[in-house]
Amino acid sequence: MIKRDLIVVGGGPAGMAAALSAHEHGVKDILLLERDQFLGGILNQCIHPGFGLTYFKEILTGPEYADRFIKKITAVKDIEVSLKTFVTQLTGKKVLTSLSPGRMDEIKAKAIIMATGCRERTREMAHIAGTRPAGIFSAGLAQKLINIEGLLPGKEVVIVGSGDIGLIMARRMALEGAHVKAVIEIQKVSKGLVRNVVQCLNDFDIPLYLSHKIIKIHGKDRVEKVDVARVDENFCEIAGSQFEIACDTVLISAGLIPENELIEMAGVVMDKKTNTPVSDKVNQTSIDGLFVCGNAYQIYDLADSVTKDSILAGKMAAEYIRGKL
Amino acid sequence: MPLIKPSPNNNTIYDVLIIGGGVVGCAIARELSKYRLTIALLEKEIELAFGVSKSNSGIIHPGTQNKFGSLKGKLCVKGNKLIRKIAKELGIDFKEVGELIVAFNDEDIEHLKDIQKEAKRFGIAKMKIVDRAWLSKNEPNLSPDIVAALYVPSAGIISPYRMTYDLAENAAKNGVEIFTDNKVLKINVLKNAQVPFEISTTQSIYRSRFVINAAGLFADEISKLVGVDDFTITPRKGQEFLLDKKRENLTNHLIFPLPSKESKGVLVIKTSDGNPMVGPTAQSVNDKEDRATDEEGLNTVLSFVKRMVPSINGHDIIAYFAGLRPVAGDDFIIRHEPKVPGFINVAGIQSPGLTAAPAIALMVVDILKNNGCRLQKKKIFNKFREKTVHLFKADRKKMKRLIKEDERYGDIVCRCEMVSRKEIEDAIDRGARTLDGIKFRTRAQAGRCHGGFCTTRILKILSEKMKVPVTALTKRGRGSIVVMGERKV
Amino acid sequence: MKKEFTCIECPNGCRLCVDVKDGKAVSVEGFKCPKGEKYALAEIENPTRILTSVVLAEGLSLKMVPVKTSQAIPKRLMMVAVDEIKKLKITQAVKVGDVIVKNFLDTDADLIATRDS
Repeated sequence: MIKRDLIVVGGGPAGMAAALSAHEHGVKDILLLERDQFLGGILNQCIHPGFGLTYFKEILTGPEYADRFIKKITAVKDIEVSLKTFVTQLTGKKVLTSLSPGRMDEIKAKAIIMATGCRERTREMAHIAGTRPAGIFSAGLAQKLINIEGLLPGKEVVIVGSGDIGLIMARRMALEGAHVKAVIEIQKVSKGLVRNVVQCLNDFDIPLYLSHKIIKIHGKDRVEKVDVARVDENFCEIAGSQFEIACDTVLISAGLIPENELIEMAGVVMDKKTNTPVSDKVNQTSIDGLFVCGNAYQIYDLADSVTKDSILAGKMAAEYIRGKL
Repeated sequence: MPLIKPSPNNNTIYDVLIIGGGVVGCAIARELSKYRLTIALLEKEIELAFGVSKSNSGIIHPGTQNKFGSLKGKLCVKGNKLIRKIAKELGIDFKEVGELIVAFNDEDIEHLKDIQKEAKRFGIAKMKIVDRAWLSKNEPNLSPDIVAALYVPSAGIISPYRMTYDLAENAAKNGVEIFTDNKVLKINVLKNAQVPFEISTTQSIYRSRFVINAAGLFADEISKLVGVDDFTITPRKGQEFLLDKKRENLTNHLIFPLPSKESKGVLVIKTSDGNPMVGPTAQSVNDKEDRATDEEGLNTVLSFVKRMVPSINGHDIIAYFAGLRPVAGDDFIIRHEPKVPGFINVAGIQSPGLTAAPAIALMVVDILKNNGCRLQKKKIFNKFREKTVHLFKADRKKMKRLIKEDERYGDIVCRCEMVSRKEIEDAIDRGARTLDGIKFRTRAQAGRCHGGFCTTRILKILSEKMKVPVTALTKRGRGSIVVMGERKV
Repeated sequence: MKKEFTCIECPNGCRLCVDVKDGKAVSVEGFKCPKGEKYALAEIENPTRILTSVVLAEGLSLKMVPVKTSQAIPKRLMMVAVDEIKKLKITQAVKVGDVIVKNFLDTDADLIATRDS
């Protein structure tokens, strides 16, 4: 079994900030594990501006924000980065199992910081009725298809959810030449920033239907249309308000869920409703020396806030390793 | 498995041609491949098991709840025994988990006794009525309102699509030619000819001595093509809801309510991949492709299963789907059509069709034999198939060995279900052509993120291996293209 | 003609009301700070936006290289700019900040890479 002082799982904004901070606070043996072939996590696909305003005091795009940390990490010799490495198991004794092409390792660490990010709520979790044709994507998957792979998910689009991701994808699809026919929001107001409502919807004349929901998705092979209806205070359909929108694509932007299956496996006390660790201090879990930071700890609105709290996680892990926490 | 691309000129004369690549057609194909016959199997969809079989519950029924003297009952009991041997030969995971039919009061217990009595006549063994104390010990999440249950240990679980694929793969290895994306349009019957059947499809024309109609939901339409129209298939929709793998140990057995007239009721199902499943509903529909789910279905299922297992929570649902049972009256229709010598109908194979499939195959062999098909066993029949590797099922030692042998096992593509690049590539080698085909074979995209993270990677692997652009790839064939454009300069 | 819109300069999101005559702003109301007034005038007379997109790459480790305009460009040029970007291909490695197209569409803004290729 390999032994390390600190393992950071996840090479997105949270993991990178935590690793750098732990190093600054004196940890000299750090292993950073990242699933993907690049560092940066989801920031790499967030090519729009809006990052860094509080942390760097300038407006950056997602990849630029990530790049600042990637360059720093690469310059620190004490942080070993292992890409294409996937953690399959974590125990309460802080032993983890990782797989990478051609390798399987068991590693024990004095402290572990989990910076595993989050996943998107799916159409299934939103309980949208209807068929299951091609053309239903989570907004993040659509973003990855366009920005990383250069693929266009669809041409006539309806977006469910007006959080920032939904709004940004409305603009992104429109810029790529798709016809975004509607953004459907069940709440009375958009959850997204005003700036995004203006620049992502109004600029492109994309209608926002507040207090509406998708009742049903139609289509046998590819999405053909959706039924939409107005909802009342209890989010129930108002009789007679139903109408349909023809489309070939539905993007689901229905919120994010922290990815914490590994710490759950390790026996951390979890809040089942939010899928986050129960703790009275930021980044902490019920297992000593096992920390969680970034969107895995709680869903943050801004990458800058992820950075701020993850820096703290690195400091906490360093103090724990020195026996001072 | 070599899926054969149909050519417009097929000069082969087949002894037997099977229409339908579901579990029944594939079980028949595999059974017949033991004989010296030239066999073709035609499937209208792009991949096998894309019709009725893909949305099966995966339960291997013991044979209770069937009428004595029915084909269903007889073939189910026999199939339950046969499947164990087939699963071993083909390396399919089969688990005998047992089932509990639950009772809420004394009246229910009387009903259980009737079922037990009836089932005994079929020769179903080792059943017993278990009491509250037994249930508390062996099935702790069951509602305390349940006072007793009929325990039938011979019930089991299997993956319905993998069973179909593995049967087909073994059949192909033993010479059966499998043609997909190939819909039958017309059947010419030549009276008194040596080779009486001329089958025109969307891709080619085939000639055969015998035709077996195992076309599932479309069996009535195929039968009509040769002039036999005394039955119709009415689809009966069943909506099923899958729970997160985290709830794998929700129950230790399959949990059944007392059966109603139409169905076995809404169940709590254990599946071969670990995710518990609840359902199905039973609604007759008109459209043979209506696989929509609705809120009503969800609410019905939840209210039924919560009565049996109260801790089931809507939040644990990660996926849902609807399947269609091909119903043609009360029983299976398996018969030679004397009006059309050489034409065999295998229709109305609804539940317990998956369990019965191997027994149906044997019955079809008999029907062929009795109707002039010369059956001679092959000297060499390769009955074994190398077990498909699933990393998530491997223990640490095996995992380590696999990764050492082939580094692609260490390259995880689907994080929620832990599926490696090697498994995805193998699935394509075995005949997967679509995103759903990959999902059914490997479970990649079937987990809690629903493909949000791995779809792009799978598309790339499919595109590279199949040597087609990503824009040509589909979710499940036909018009189900996944992406509608690619940046090109 | 009165035109109403929301200021996006800061999270206050002031509701601005502008009186417009012949495409020129005559008066602005509703702003809490001078940024609001400036924004309103620009929004009426020459609204601008930073454009971000991706450029196709060939033979590099990235398939698509993300790019942005180094400063905001006129909103009306948005779709023209996207069409131009779709015609581009990067065949040599670039670093964050490298200029892909200088003086993009004569806007004074450069099109620059936002990620190492």
